[in-house]
Amino acid sequence: MRKHLLSVDDLSLDDVNTLFTTAAEMHDVQRREVKKLPALRGRTVINLFFEDSTRTRSSFELAGKWLSADTINLTGKGSSASKGESLRDTVLTVASMGVDALVIRHSASGACHQVAEWVDCAVVNAGDGTHEHPTQALLDAYTLVRRLGTLEGKHVVLVGDLTHSRVFRSNVGLLGRLGARVTVVAPPTLMPSGAEAWAAASGFALSYDLDEVLPKADAVMMLRVQRERMSGGFFPTAREYTVGYGLTRDRLATLGEEVPICHPGPMNRGLEIAADAADAAQSLILEQVSSGVAVRMSVLYHLLAGEGASA
Amino acid sequence: MTDPILIQGGSLLGGAAADVLVADGVVAAVSTTPGELSADGVRVIDADGLVVLPGLVDLHTHLREPGREDAETVRTGSHAAALGGYTAVLAMANTNPVTDTAEAAERVHELGRQVGVVDVQPVGAVTKGLAGEELAELGLMARSRAGVRVFSDDGRCVQDARVMRRALEYVKAFGGVISQHSQDSSLAGAGACCHEGEISGRLGLPGWPGVAEEVIVARDVMLARHTGSRVHVAHASTAGTVEVLRWARSKGIAVTAEVTPHHLLLTTEELLGYDPTYKVNPPLRPAEDVEALRDALADGTIDAVATDHAPHARHDKQHAFGDAAFGMLGLETALGVVATVMVESGRLDWAGVARVMSHNPARIAGLGGHGRPIEVGEPANLTLIDPAASVVVDRDASASLSRNNPWHGRTLSAAVHTTVLRGVPTVLEGKLA
Repeated sequence: MRKHLLSVDDLSLDDVNTLFTTAAEMHDVQRREVKKLPALRGRTVINLFFEDSTRTRSSFELAGKWLSADTINLTGKGSSASKGESLRDTVLTVASMGVDALVIRHSASGACHQVAEWVDCAVVNAGDGTHEHPTQALLDAYTLVRRLGTLEGKHVVLVGDLTHSRVFRSNVGLLGRLGARVTVVAPPTLMPSGAEAWAAASGFALSYDLDEVLPKADAVMMLRVQRERMSGGFFPTAREYTVGYGLTRDRLATLGEEVPICHPGPMNRGLEIAADAADAAQSLILEQVSSGVAVRMSVLYHLLAGEGASA
Repeated sequence: MTDPILIQGGSLLGGAAADVLVADGVVAAVSTTPGELSADGVRVIDADGLVVLPGLVDLHTHLREPGREDAETVRTGSHAAALGGYTAVLAMANTNPVTDTAEAAERVHELGRQVGVVDVQPVGAVTKGLAGEELAELGLMARSRAGVRVFSDDGRCVQDARVMRRALEYVKAFGGVISQHSQDSSLAGAGACCHEGEISGRLGLPGWPGVAEEVIVARDVMLARHTGSRVHVAHASTAGTVEVLRWARSKGIAVTAEVTPHHLLLTTEELLGYDPTYKVNPPLRPAEDVEALRDALADGTIDAVATDHAPHARHDKQHAFGDAAFGMLGLETALGVVATVMVESGRLDWAGVARVMSHNPARIAGLGGHGRPIEVGEPANLTLIDPAASVVVDRDASASLSRNNPWHGRTLSAAVHTTVLRGVPTVLEGKLA
């Protein structure tokens, strides 16, 4: 493992497998009555969130606490630029308190990469703008592997607002590395610019037609679509989006009953995913959340406990 | 008065070697016969192996004074300009307060005169406060002691076609030109910071598509035709802009254009590490655009190289990429970049460099005393270049107050040896005189 987790590109296949093995052990701990492990006792983890988050922040907080790290949350709304302090000054101030890891969420793409250049401690990217969210991709893949046994040769379909999705950007890299065949589906206005060249270079497929892709899926990952995108002219109405790209009750019927459904949350029920699909037996949405804590425990453990350590 | 100077054995515009005698601020004699001009009682500069060019003129400099004297002042910017071989710079209007009155223009002009190492010619704002709504006092700025002829809301685009049309019409009365920062704000808003393409898609940075520049250039070209006025395209950055410019030229429309050194060499790939040093507006473009800009500069479709020297205090660049300030330094490295990209490759000879870095920018800006031929009686604004030099750029060796230097650590060809402003050396052997 490298010093930081900034992008899924920082992880080799071996790293991913190691993280998953440890995550499975952590997952078992999570089901015990007493969940705390002493692994990171005396270590300090700061969750530095410049952007609102409930689930990711609490997931990291639990992960740190269950490993016995001293974990605190700092939030700063808005960009540091608007407060007159540079990002560098902000993170150096926090890091100078004596921190072993900074878990950072920021509304600007690349912010975590920049922070990693400035500080000595480990940096974990908890979502940077529309760039990456590597622990989300890890927990998605971990959850799918547990359900499907392997991702090798499996066809995973990602649907939604790809342009603005860091979950998509991390997943498309990680799923490919784990041997999955990936198809991403969105209206042309929500496809990232240059997607054709990117897809050709990275070996994933693009489609504007969900109905054509869905019957061939081994797993479906629905991504959140923010309603405010309509004002940007990305699509005309919520209704039209749902008809074209939502996982509706009708589309659910075309999916095999064993095909898992994922969503990173928070869901817009009725927009990108129907209640029937979200609550279906094949939905992994709540499992993703519980896996999330285990995967983040594994990440913190491997970044902080050092090479070759065992849980 | 200053001592006469004999510049001995320099190659005029890269051609024949000659001796140039400078006295009383003008070129007093030029001789291709060695020894014909006496060296007695004059200061001699040995220019053997050097190229003599007319003093460089920068159409696009941000000196930050008044308002951001922590990033640059007229003094430090003037020094950087002289070290870069410049004898005149046009100081953009987006200071605080904005240069949108005669008084503000005269103040900048006077600050430049007091420093006295380059002619600092203020650019006037097109609209009050750069707000894009009401015309600034263009006529009063033109009549002021600063004699403003170039007007620009640079940093912002004059979005409203009606305002742009009126500005173009109005400045015809005094031979003015509107220098446009071409950026359609509905296609590339304030957050846009990376060329829209595969890299912006991968990095998740808000895209700044080439078309946002091209639609404004196309519109302004048609407005220039309609009004019979002159428009200047600041920092042209795309192949599409070059195509529009070619078409406009073929129709005889009065449009001129500049390209920055960074758009001639750096590409979008520099952004892969999210280093805000490379955040600039318009953004760095892909190699295809860079290639088209080089061709256009060589064939005259683009008239001039202009630095868009944009100093920023360190902390204004130490934000997340999307939040950091736009812009990079350029005055001290422009000649080196042009030599590296255009001269080394044979696309421009030194006479061509004189054309795009001195003659044309002086003509566009209406600066009668600059960009002149090196002939008897002409103002002695001269730049001596060592064409064989190779320089590793060190951002800490800069006269600028700022350090947002994208060329740091890179090797550039050629070096400015001497700069002479109206007969007075401002730079000798690469150092401030």
